[in-house]
Amino acid sequence: MQPINYQLAAYSDLFMLIAAIVYAAAFIAFALDMASSSKTIRALESELTEQQERTDAARSSAARHKQLVGAAGGAASTPTPGHGPGTTASPAAGNAVGGLVDEDMDYTGATRRPAANVAVALMVIAAALHAFAVIARALAARRVPWGNMYEFCTTGALLVAAVYLLFLIRKDIRFLGTFVAGLVVIMMAAATMGFPTPIAYLQPPLQSPWIVIHVSIAVLASALFTLTFAMSILQLIQHRREAKAPTGATGGLVFMRLVPSALSLENWSYRLNAVGFMMWTFTVIAGAIWAEASWGRYWGWDTKEVWSFVIWVVYAGYLHARATRGWTGERAAWLSIIGYACVVFNFTIVNIYFPGLHSYAGLPS
Amino acid sequence: MSQQDNVRVARDEAAQANTPPPPESPAPDGGSPRGRQDVELPALGVWGTLRFAWTQLTSMRTALMLLLLLAVAAVPGSLFPQRPAGPGIVQNYIDDNPVLGEWLDRFQMFDVYSSVWFSAIYLLLFVSLIGCVAPRAVKHAKALRSAPPRTPRRLSRLPEYGRVVLESSGPAPVEAVEQAAKYLRKRGYRTEVRQEPDGGASVGAERGYVREVGNIVFHLSLIGVLVFMATGSLLSYRGQKILVEGEGFANTLIAYDAFTPGSAFSEEMLTPFSMTLKRFEYVYDRQSPTHYGQPLDYTAVLDVQDGPGDTAREVELKVNHPLDFQGTRVYLVGNGYAPVVTVRDGNGDIALQGPVVARVQDNVFTSLMTIKAPDARPDQLGFVGFFLPAAYTGEDGVAVSIDPAPLNPELNLNSYYGDLGLDEGDPQNVYVLDTENLTELNSRNLEAGGITLKPGESYELPEGKGSISFDGLKRYVGLDILYDPGKWGVGFFAVLALVALGVSLFVRRRRAWVRGTTGPDGSTMVEYGLLARGEDFGLREENLTLRRQFEKLWPVQAPEDIESTEGPIVVAGAAQNRVE
Ligand code: HEM
Repeated sequence: MQPINYQLAAYSDLFMLIAAIVYAAAFIAFALDMASSSKTIRALESELTEQQERTDAARSSAARHKQLVGAAGGAASTPTPGHGPGTTASPAAGNAVGGLVDEDMDYTGATRRPAANVAVALMVIAAALHAFAVIARALAARRVPWGNMYEFCTTGALLVAAVYLLFLIRKDIRFLGTFVAGLVVIMMAAATMGFPTPIAYLQPPLQSPWIVIHVSIAVLASALFTLTFAMSILQLIQHRREAKAPTGATGGLVFMRLVPSALSLENWSYRLNAVGFMMWTFTVIAGAIWAEASWGRYWGWDTKEVWSFVIWVVYAGYLHARATRGWTGERAAWLSIIGYACVVFNFTIVNIYFPGLHSYAGLPS
Repeated sequence: MSQQDNVRVARDEAAQANTPPPPESPAPDGGSPRGRQDVELPALGVWGTLRFAWTQLTSMRTALMLLLLLAVAAVPGSLFPQRPAGPGIVQNYIDDNPVLGEWLDRFQMFDVYSSVWFSAIYLLLFVSLIGCVAPRAVKHAKALRSAPPRTPRRLSRLPEYGRVVLESSGPAPVEAVEQAAKYLRKRGYRTEVRQEPDGGASVGAERGYVREVGNIVFHLSLIGVLVFMATGSLLSYRGQKILVEGEGFANTLIAYDAFTPGSAFSEEMLTPFSMTLKRFEYVYDRQSPTHYGQPLDYTAVLDVQDGPGDTAREVELKVNHPLDFQGTRVYLVGNGYAPVVTVRDGNGDIALQGPVVARVQDNVFTSLMTIKAPDARPDQLGFVGFFLPAAYTGEDGVAVSIDPAPLNPELNLNSYYGDLGLDEGDPQNVYVLDTENLTELNSRNLEAGGITLKPGESYELPEGKGSISFDGLKRYVGLDILYDPGKWGVGFFAVLALVALGVSLFVRRRRAWVRGTTGPDGSTMVEYGLLARGEDFGLREENLTLRRQFEKLWPVQAPEDIESTEGPIVVAGAAQNRVE
């Protein structure tokens, strides 16, 4: 067996800490953005109204035109590509904030959000440091960096950050920033303070190629579920807001105007949940194959298996709800939230407190 | 419910207002007002009631409820110990919580996954599934053979709509529609070109039929998984065997320590292999300061014979790498120490000699020893205590093990004499010594003290009751031996389900129509519309792609010109918002 590189492992630990601190800074910047956005939005709104009035006066003859295109999403300059007639069902975010947000979560460039941009930059730096730390740990131990609770947390946090940043390239999901950065900080803190585990080899039951594929997809699926969880929460808040102020004029958290409409959030979390569900299905199957190779039975209702099954069924329920009359919208969002609660439960409580064959948390007993 | 809560419904209704009813509208229903009314009107007759119950059972809402119920029902299995995993733990739990335990047992909380209520939920779910999917499959089979749907009169009412007006150099309407149909076919649509009653032509097109196939195959695969799990559990067997170095095992019923057959098991199903444990090798981490002594590798070296007449061959058995004998698999699931002891009785005769399997308690292999010598005379003898592979005696005088390797092996035992209770023939746990009818001879609390033995040492029991010696040390391995012919079917259908799920979730099913007419000024006007069937977030992209292609195919007039000729500018896709 190749010797462990303790020097490199020490660097890994150090960079993990630095990354956690930079993430915390990103979190603060995102929070600042949330706070300052209300001011910006108000300023922008008055500007927009002014602009609107001017345009209206100039183009009163083109009233028909405005009627047509304007319905699509407020300001005539940014036709909002919607999906089907459902788009009309989102008057609040649409009309009130005009070009502030895009229902497709594309960048509109309508608002300047310096704090958010600083936050994103910090996230990128933190993720780079973090990636170094995780890879260094893997190289030092010459194996995949997910063999115990500390490594599940650090690698999981890296994936959450990476998935978020990757989406950020294409879609303006800065509104999720506070949540994602906050969660990553919590995961990093849990890892470095809650389960600090010095580097070591893998125990014999974990020495299998399946750990590479089974655990990595599981963590990736969890990262996706994390994003959809945040979207579902925002969807519920947005839903209330839209119900309260159907004209979309005022009311509620000002920041929520930087967040797409409830319908748009629902559609996006559906798309991500579908991918996540697919990955989770794969995880469960791969886990069963591994269990067969390791313990002789592919399914034995071990605690970890029970909860993986529960998660799978809840998200299957979520997908069904999306096609069931009366169950789309808020109820589907609740199912997505419950599903994520099960994911978190499976990852934390089950790993730490429930005895079972899967007790590889690496925690002292 | 607000508008958002009926997105899909609204979309479907909008679609149906414009198009002939889709061939396989799944009627995901249950919450409709009519459905509720039916509940309040019981005068349906027997047949009617049955029909009504069936409709309810196979509705989407019931499926959803049953799914959520299934999730909830699975949870208690993780909260309470389960019999299949360990009957002993369940018994301990019931002993510790007599009242609660009994009630839990009454509700089958210790056999959740074979309980009446859990089975009822999943069986209902699967009945509902068949009732839901079978009609869908039939409908879809018909849809696969029928032509794409008729072209709606007003394409502009579709969720995605676009229109281009061609220069006079462009093709005539019929020709343009032919070209559009050709392009749609290239994009994977099935098409049908028709003459329009008021001149011109149109093409109806549909793609993504395989999405529905994926959905149906996915659901049916779940049935496949269930069926093979059931067959597997009928024909399977699983057994445990502890094998000490030097010992052998032949695959017959009596050789097992524990054996759980499926209900259709018969003894001829046992593959006639046999094996002997030659030695057990281990590697512990000796490098890491923090994980010193963590196990890194276990290897059991065995001599195996595939059948009675076959020659023996040496094989290595490792964790995660089972041996296979024609489908019967042997797994290395545990290991520990078996100290070799000799017990002599009061008459000086050997009452017991050989390795005694000690049960591992922790990471450093502190192991529980129970020795019973029922043949000892005049009194039967019993011993309980610990085996410590690397004994270290602290300041409090208590010895503990500090490493899993046999660095300083030591036996710490108490001894008893009297009636071991084995003669009545009641089954007894070999790992538990019932000391109720026994008299203590050695223990820390007695003057004689406990027994401490290193390899090679022996000890004379007080009162001339006999002696015990620690002769040597062997390792043992815990083997699980399993046979489950259903697993291949389960695996096949699970993977099929996964593939079909991908198809069902990510293939987009949509319809497209293109109509060519002659505009008022004599130029060719091409209108097109798109409609999603099920979740489809790429419809607008498709609209733009079609538009780009049409602009490439034909000389298209600039939008300004169109505005001046007739009607509003129709930005591609904007018209969607007019659908009520
Ligand atoms: C074992 C229980 C079931 C599981 C695990 C399950 C799982 C799923 C999943 C994951 C999907 C989404 C993927 C897809 O669209 O194909 C789905 C869709 C669907 N399921 Fe099930 N299902 C079950 C039972 C049922 C039952 C009993 C029904 C009928 C009452 C049903 C009807 C449907 C329908 C109609 C869809 C398509 C929804 C759409 O249009 O998007 N399923 N199911």
